[in-house]
Amino acid sequence: MDWQYFFELLLGGLTRGSIYALIAIGYTMVYGVIELINFAHGEVYMLGAFTGLIIASVLATLGFPIPMILILAAIVAIVYSACYGLTMEKVAYKPLRSAGRLSPLISAIGMSLFLQNYIILAQTSDFLAFPRLIPDFEFMEPIAHVFGSSDFVIVVASGISMAFLTLFIKFTKMGKAMRATAQNRKMAMLLGIDADKVISITFIIGSSLAALGGVLIASHVGMVNFFIGFMAGIKAFTAAVLGGIGSIPGAMLGGLFLGLSESFATGYIASDYEDVFAFSLLVVFLIFRPSGIMGKAKVEKV
Amino acid sequence: MKGLSGLLVAVCLALVAGPVGADTIKIGVAGAHSGDLASYGLPTVNAAKLVADAINAEGGIRGQHIELLIQDEECKPEKATNVATKLISDGAVAILGHICSGATKASLPIYTEANLVSISPSATSPELTQSGQYPTFFRTIASDDAQAKLGVDLALDTLGSKKFALLHDKGDYGRGYAEYARTFIEERGEAEVVLFEGLTPGAVDYSAVVQKVRQSGADTIMFGGYHPEASKLISQLKKKRVQAHFISDDGVKDDTFIKVAGPDAEGVYATGPQDVSDLELNKAAREAHVAKFGSEPGSFFEPAYAAMLALVNAIDKAGSTDAEKIMEALRTEFVDTNIGTIRFDAKGDAEGVGFSMYQVQDGKYVELK
Repeated sequence: MDWQYFFELLLGGLTRGSIYALIAIGYTMVYGVIELINFAHGEVYMLGAFTGLIIASVLATLGFPIPMILILAAIVAIVYSACYGLTMEKVAYKPLRSAGRLSPLISAIGMSLFLQNYIILAQTSDFLAFPRLIPDFEFMEPIAHVFGSSDFVIVVASGISMAFLTLFIKFTKMGKAMRATAQNRKMAMLLGIDADKVISITFIIGSSLAALGGVLIASHVGMVNFFIGFMAGIKAFTAAVLGGIGSIPGAMLGGLFLGLSESFATGYIASDYEDVFAFSLLVVFLIFRPSGIMGKAKVEKV
Repeated sequence: MKGLSGLLVAVCLALVAGPVGADTIKIGVAGAHSGDLASYGLPTVNAAKLVADAINAEGGIRGQHIELLIQDEECKPEKATNVATKLISDGAVAILGHICSGATKASLPIYTEANLVSISPSATSPELTQSGQYPTFFRTIASDDAQAKLGVDLALDTLGSKKFALLHDKGDYGRGYAEYARTFIEERGEAEVVLFEGLTPGAVDYSAVVQKVRQSGADTIMFGGYHPEASKLISQLKKKRVQAHFISDDGVKDDTFIKVAGPDAEGVYATGPQDVSDLELNKAAREAHVAKFGSEPGSFFEPAYAAMLALVNAIDKAGSTDAEKIMEALRTEFVDTNIGTIRFDAKGDAEGVGFSMYQVQDGKYVELK
């Protein structure tokens, strides 16, 4: 066995998996709290990348240093996308909260199409170059051919934000309220938890992480387009289901698991079947472990 | 008032009656003139009209005016066969068309049986000429495998490549390019193909494929596909420090590629149509189009204009409308056209027409001579 090749694929999968995980968290949190699959979530990721591009271009003409641009662009993208996430929830999902499960789902698909077309009209349907915001670090140079600076930044940034999220959910009052709402919304409301606020915060956090992922990956591959959210969204959704939808650690694990399996499937089998492999994995999981890696099997009351 | 309408009727009759008569040379123009692909076919109609008008204004071909029989088949093979039959029964002596490879292939057995010359400005499927089944077929556009051949020749003759990684985007166009490249590399037998892979368009990144290319030890990458994947691929290759020549196709010879890939695009080879915009005839054809139709010419106008010129010249040189004599003239007589001085080889492909190799140098595609 060629261990070097193995590690190259492992690290490549790690980068990709971190991005999937960042987006998957948004899917899983929203599902956990209001049992909605927010199909417009991939579009928030795309919006994040576009906002990052616009801010980065402006700052670059003003002559800011590169690391500064990355941080500022990421922050603005996060804030902007969080606003989008919040507005989306208020406009498209809140009015339908008592309307059963199918209506918000359709509304989510509509939202996704709306946002894509909004970007086509307001920006462009073309591919745009994204400036390289992650510089080549000196200390990464010896292993740059395997794990470059941008891979490093992606993995570290996702790691840190996921750690913060875990701490937030575990130790803050709002985190506790979130867990309570996820368990039983009616009961939580009876105990004085403002469920609307919890849901809003959930959308804000999910959108922020997606926007961060958008800026990082756009800077990694050097391009953005209105359609990038679609495939990333579908893959992240797959990751969330693999991990057990509704579970945050599950989304992280599911993202890494999907990223690594795609990387190894490409490396050892063929990249022709990359997507086939990812979705076959989903099917196998749905058959043998429908609740995912971390999910608990639900007892449905009849 | 009565007199005026009588005059109008007379004028209309005169217009209808004008080109009719035994002394016209009928040329069929078949292709997609309506439907989804109309934009591929209509420029050919314009080209035919421009050439026919110019020739007729000078008195026609040896005194005989050209009459165009324009037939729409929407690029649909089943309609193309009907159109072919209709054109033959209407007395066409040659056909300009068809446009799409599929429709062309459907019509060719009918033309072959009727021994009728047809010249396509746009059907690029290699088998149409290379199979040898359709001796009356000619075309003024290079076939699909021409780009792959140019790429392989460059790699083997100039770059000294030994190991090829052939990547494609799994689409018909990209996969076709990679497969033709593999055939040409194997035919020459001087190098080996170490990797043949399809990429997933729209994937988050291509790092696993990049590692696979490195693992394969390829010194040359040939990519079949379009610029979005190519720019993502090249920037990841550079990021992962893979040193290999990158050769690609017409889909990558696009300024967006350079814009998006930025400095990573430097040194990339891509094939693209020969630059003929400086030829006097080409400028004249373009200006004539703008003057007559009030717009810039569309897809395949240039090869269509050249095809029509070649056809008219061949009929003139042949001195008759006999198919054998027209084909003889097409193959032997050089003709000055808007895409250069051309004649056709034994299989029906135009010599001296097609693609050039370009390389990105200082942020621009430069034609390599």
